[in-house]
Amino acid sequence: MLLMSPRKPIRVPRYLFIACHLAVHLAPTIWLSVIFYLGLQDELGGDPVQYLLDFTGIGALNLLVASLSVSLLAQHFKFAQLMKLRRPIGLYSAFYAFAHFTVYIAFELQFEFNMLVSEIIKRPYITIGFVALLILGLLSITSLSWIKKSMGRKWFSLHKLSYLAVLLAGFHYLWLIKSGWYEPVIYLVIAGILLFMKREKLRKL
Amino acid sequence: MIFKFKNARQETENQVTDESVYRQRRELLKKMGYFGAGSLLASSAANAGPLDWFSSDDEVIFKTKALTFSKQTDDTQKQTPVEKATSYNNFFEFGTGKSDPVKNAQEFNVDPWSLSIGGLVEKPITLGLDDLYSSFELEERIYRLRCVEAWSMVIPWIGFSLASLLKKVQPLSSAKYVAFETLYDPKQMPGQRNRFVGGGVDYPYVEGLRIDEAMHKLTMLSVGMYGNTLPPQNGAPVRLVVPWKYGFKSIKSIVKITLTDKMPPTTWNILAPNEYGFYANVNPAVDHPRWSQARERRITTGGLLAQNRIDTLPFNGYDDVARLYKGMNLKKFY
Repeated sequence: MLLMSPRKPIRVPRYLFIACHLAVHLAPTIWLSVIFYLGLQDELGGDPVQYLLDFTGIGALNLLVASLSVSLLAQHFKFAQLMKLRRPIGLYSAFYAFAHFTVYIAFELQFEFNMLVSEIIKRPYITIGFVALLILGLLSITSLSWIKKSMGRKWFSLHKLSYLAVLLAGFHYLWLIKSGWYEPVIYLVIAGILLFMKREKLRKL
Repeated sequence: MIFKFKNARQETENQVTDESVYRQRRELLKKMGYFGAGSLLASSAANAGPLDWFSSDDEVIFKTKALTFSKQTDDTQKQTPVEKATSYNNFFEFGTGKSDPVKNAQEFNVDPWSLSIGGLVEKPITLGLDDLYSSFELEERIYRLRCVEAWSMVIPWIGFSLASLLKKVQPLSSAKYVAFETLYDPKQMPGQRNRFVGGGVDYPYVEGLRIDEAMHKLTMLSVGMYGNTLPPQNGAPVRLVVPWKYGFKSIKSIVKITLTDKMPPTTWNILAPNEYGFYANVNPAVDHPRWSQARERRITTGGLLAQNRIDTLPFNGYDDVARLYKGMNLKKFY
């Protein structure tokens, strides 16, 4: 890690923590709403559909990476409160992924459901993106407190699938671009680093 | 009292929008940044538009000039507004994002320019910048442009038939193909300086046509669009337009045209031969390996809810060219 680990645990005042929590909820929702509104107004450049697809896709990936980094940061900085932000960040990642899928169905395919099925089957990059989406969906549902409680230790095993999701999403990105590779590869490298740092925990499946 | 001028240009909505208004809107967009890519890396993801916090687009603007040409008046297709056609471009020499070329190309210098036509010809010639506008009768041609990425535009180009130029240089009977080459100038083109900016393409960009394709009356060299000379992001000062082929065939900022007896190498075919063939005719029946080519999104005006998804037509609807490919298996020669 680049920064020295502090000796004392970090604990921020309650009002500050509430503000952080609020920001985690408001930033992704407001941002997406504004982008969507600009799309309706034809203010997103030449192809608003492509813009929204990119925005939601990369947004989901960023949020997923962020949610997977939370525990490392919390541990490193002895900042236990951070852990409470992990669930909402993860859920917003899933929310963006579903927005991505919805934009694809509604605006890219314009509700041609036959096409949707055949594209998911025919195009490997869409197949793996869809699998990542299903994983995020499953993890979102099992994030409900009462389900989480009833699952016990199995919950932790199941939620390790988030690492599979970030890898699939990274390859989904790498596979769809026309040329060049460095942006998706940066995500894949970050995913690799996260996997490496959590290798001990991941082994105990 | 209402005056109606006979030749008054039909004003489209975008022309009515005051420039200061859309500049303001763009400013707003820029200030918002780009949550997706911007927060982790300054991306040039397919479409990173308003993510540019650090540069501003209002200092240098490439100056285009009005052209004198004969207008095409018999076309009723809804045209792509000029600001979309000039801000949503694939021109990897200026970056791989769709909005990179308009940002990075404004300082592009086209004067002096030299376009040389040679190879298997009787009379090789070289055209300078002014010759491009004065050597041939300029005419407007409203063409559909179908990108291999499954979007399309309708653009009023200005230029002349490639055939008129080729007749001037008198191809030898041994000339079977025409090869084209884009300017190679890493000083001016950031994508040629840096692999990461240029998408890993080996420059200069090269393209080619069979000689009968090059001689077809639809094939044009364009020097302008929407009444003016070409802006750099669209391939100033001279580019090819082959409306029945995917957009990447329509090579930009050409410096060299060579007639040859061998099929010339073409950039996208070199990069991914299983995805992009030499012919690259628009064909809804032959998918790109990674996406369908059956339909396309027509870029005109209107927001998200007004997006037009339409069927893609064989040869982009220019059926006359079908005879050039009689007896050819177009699934094999894609």
